[in-house]
Amino acid sequence: MAFMTDRKRAAGLGSAKSGTAHFWAMKVSSVALLVLIPLFVFTFGAALGGTYEEIVAYYARPVPAIIAALTLAVGFKHFSDGAQTLIEDYVHGPAQKIAIIGVTCLSYGAAAAGIFALVRMAL
Amino acid sequence: MADVNRGNRPLSPHLEIYRPQLTSMTSILTRITGNAMLVAALMIVWWFVAAATGPDAFARANGFVTSWFGDLVMFFSVLGLWYHTLAGVRHLIWDNAIMMDIPTAEKMGWACLGGSVVLTLITVIAV
Repeated sequence: MAFMTDRKRAAGLGSAKSGTAHFWAMKVSSVALLVLIPLFVFTFGAALGGTYEEIVAYYARPVPAIIAALTLAVGFKHFSDGAQTLIEDYVHGPAQKIAIIGVTCLSYGAAAAGIFALVRMAL
Repeated sequence: MADVNRGNRPLSPHLEIYRPQLTSMTSILTRITGNAMLVAALMIVWWFVAAATGPDAFARANGFVTSWFGDLVMFFSVLGLWYHTLAGVRHLIWDNAIMMDIPTAEKMGWACLGGSVVLTLITVIAV
């Protein structure tokens, strides 16, 4: 123990572990969503209520399609990170791991499904 | 939570001990709105996938999303979305360790609540 410093003894004992990267990811995605969300609300809102032909034509256009794809990608990443924090606060032990894996898979799956649909309408 | 109080140490007060405060309520509301929006997000993904699948699938998804129930979910999700957005801005401000004193934090809390209602009305009128 001769070479152990007080700092070294304390390192890694806190509850946060790798929290900085998570915090930074939330910060980046929240700033991106600050731009994307108003754009998405008003483009999607404009389209909603249209007929099948109108919707497919609308989302074949680059701007609404790119806004929607980015909103789904960034939004579901933001949701995944946020829901992970929620789970870490209230669920513990193996159930916590299972819930985080579930939420992560659901988030990426939903984003992939939505983006695939947009690509299919655009092409 | 088996050995949460080893040696009978004093417990920190739990949530139900506190009088509800604007700061705690707006914080809890941020979490609720953020996670509840999953319902609307999955509805929208379903709507997109249905639109890419064909007219029949789209008619089913669009019928649900634009039904009174779908409208209800969308309305509260828009309210939650704007609230969560404004509350997120408040967190981005707080990240700089400014405006954290209680009077300012409470003012921003009211701004988030009021602002989300105003933005929701604008959205409902514009869309």
